Amino acid sequence: MINEQSTVSARQLERLAYRRKRTIRRASVGALSTLLVFALLTWVVVNAPGWSRVQATFFNANHAKDSLPFIWDAFWLNIRLFMVTELLVLPLALLIAVVRVVPSPAMLPFKILAAAYTDIFRGTPTLLVVLLIGFGLPALRLAGIPTSLFWLGVIALTLSYGAYVAEALRAGILSVHPTQWASGRALGMSYGQTLRKLILPQAVRRVMPPLINDFVSLQKDTALLSTIGLVEALRAASVYQAETFNFTSLAVAALFFIALTVPIARVTDWMSLRAMRRQVGG
Amino acid sequence: MKKTLWAVPAVLTLMLASACAPADDKSDDTDKASGDCAVESLALQTSGKLTVATDDPAYEPWFADNDPSNGKGFESAVTYAIAEEMGFDASDVVWTKVPFNTSYQPGEKAFDFDINQISITKERREAVDFSEPYYTAAQAIIVKADSKFAKATSLADFEDAQLGAQIGTTSLKAIGQVGAAKDALVYDDTTKAAAAFENGNIDGFVADLPSAFYLTAVELDNAVIVGQFAPETGEPEQFGLLLEKGSKLTGCVDKAIKTLKDNGELAKIEAKWLSESANAPVLK
Repeated sequence: MINEQSTVSARQLERLAYRRKRTIRRASVGALSTLLVFALLTWVVVNAPGWSRVQATFFNANHAKDSLPFIWDAFWLNIRLFMVTELLVLPLALLIAVVRVVPSPAMLPFKILAAAYTDIFRGTPTLLVVLLIGFGLPALRLAGIPTSLFWLGVIALTLSYGAYVAEALRAGILSVHPTQWASGRALGMSYGQTLRKLILPQAVRRVMPPLINDFVSLQKDTALLSTIGLVEALRAASVYQAETFNFTSLAVAALFFIALTVPIARVTDWMSLRAMRRQVGG
Repeated sequence: MKKTLWAVPAVLTLMLASACAPADDKSDDTDKASGDCAVESLALQTSGKLTVATDDPAYEPWFADNDPSNGKGFESAVTYAIAEEMGFDASDVVWTKVPFNTSYQPGEKAFDFDINQISITKERREAVDFSEPYYTAAQAIIVKADSKFAKATSLADFEDAQLGAQIGTTSLKAIGQVGAAKDALVYDDTTKAAAAFENGNIDGFVADLPSAFYLTAVELDNAVIVGQFAPETGEPEQFGLLLEKGSKLTGCVDKAIKTLKDNGELAKIEAKWLSESANAPVLK
């Protein structure tokens, strides 16, 4: 270990000074550019011929204040909806993804079913699934089928998002190199153990960003459940809008959704960055 | 069916009946038909006859037995009351058939006025004339015939009911008057609300009375109008007589309708045909 204070060479000092200068220059160019572009954008929007009308109809402070309590109450329903749905989507999607990748020939009928499920529900607009489940399922009058709109909505979103998330997970599983399977088996693990302890942890880590992407998308799609009668944030906002002929309430509802998704987006960024560092560092 | 228009500026309704109606004057026939509105001086399709149009078939409770000329049903009764007020005999009223969808198109009309549950709207006003409204839609609650709410006699009976209505309607605003504990469910259109009603997601479907008549008769199974109530807020749908654009008759028809409103005759006809015989009691 070197204990005495090391002297910094003149060249190193030069380097540091250069880096400091470069940082300051980059920061000021960035700030200036941001300021310019934002000022330009604001100028364009504010000077648009219809701006005063848009401001009055979409961004009216009084309407925002009046509609806020309704939308806040209703937004709690959105939160409950996506929380419950997400909890159901993950196991369903995992099951479907695993069924589709296991090589066992005995699983063929289930593989066919799983493939049909993902094809059908990924190919159908979520709104359509919501309408079909929301109005069609209770019309069957089968015993045991929930009639509560909350659960019908959860079922519809789970079916739709289960298909997306299953495909993301399947892609993750397939992206794990085949030698990993071989290694697990060589270590004496059973097929199931290899899958559970070796493959899935790697697979899930790799597809975390797309999974969170689907999660964010699910949060927003809870608004689709307004069509079956649930008064969630969007519906509360449109009720207010229909009464007052002012769209501000919709902008307020949008803010609620943004406030929820932005933190998650930042977390995703951070996680991808961390994963990248780990892979590079490892 | 007869489409509702919510952005329509409210047409003033002068529903206030005078506190004490003047004593019935037996010789007021001349009085009614005086001035420009005397039968002889009216610009009619056929002189001396009042030609009135409606759709075929004519539905209950607006008409009865698909026969507008029997004086039964709300609109038939209103027509004969107006005709009498204008100085016509019942036998002077001639009926003609005009499909609803063509009635409010611009152009020359082959009738003096059309009475066919036509909502007064700004768009239609561009093409045709409307009289004073002769009917302001009440709100109706539709329930399943076998549910416990089918026996409701007052708005308070709906305390534990799940109600639903279409977004942006007077019905949705009027739900507040009912005082149900649960928040109302809100649907994009009547079809979706009807589906939810059929599925049992809503116990009571609030719609304006004219739509409710149609829904219970045509769209919904096992559904009844348990009662009606007058909305306190919003701009309810209003029906007016339809006349040719710029018709010289409009003023005289308006005068007759105003008189019928003031003397309570119109309210009596409404109570008789849209409440009592239509099985839609007024809920307190």
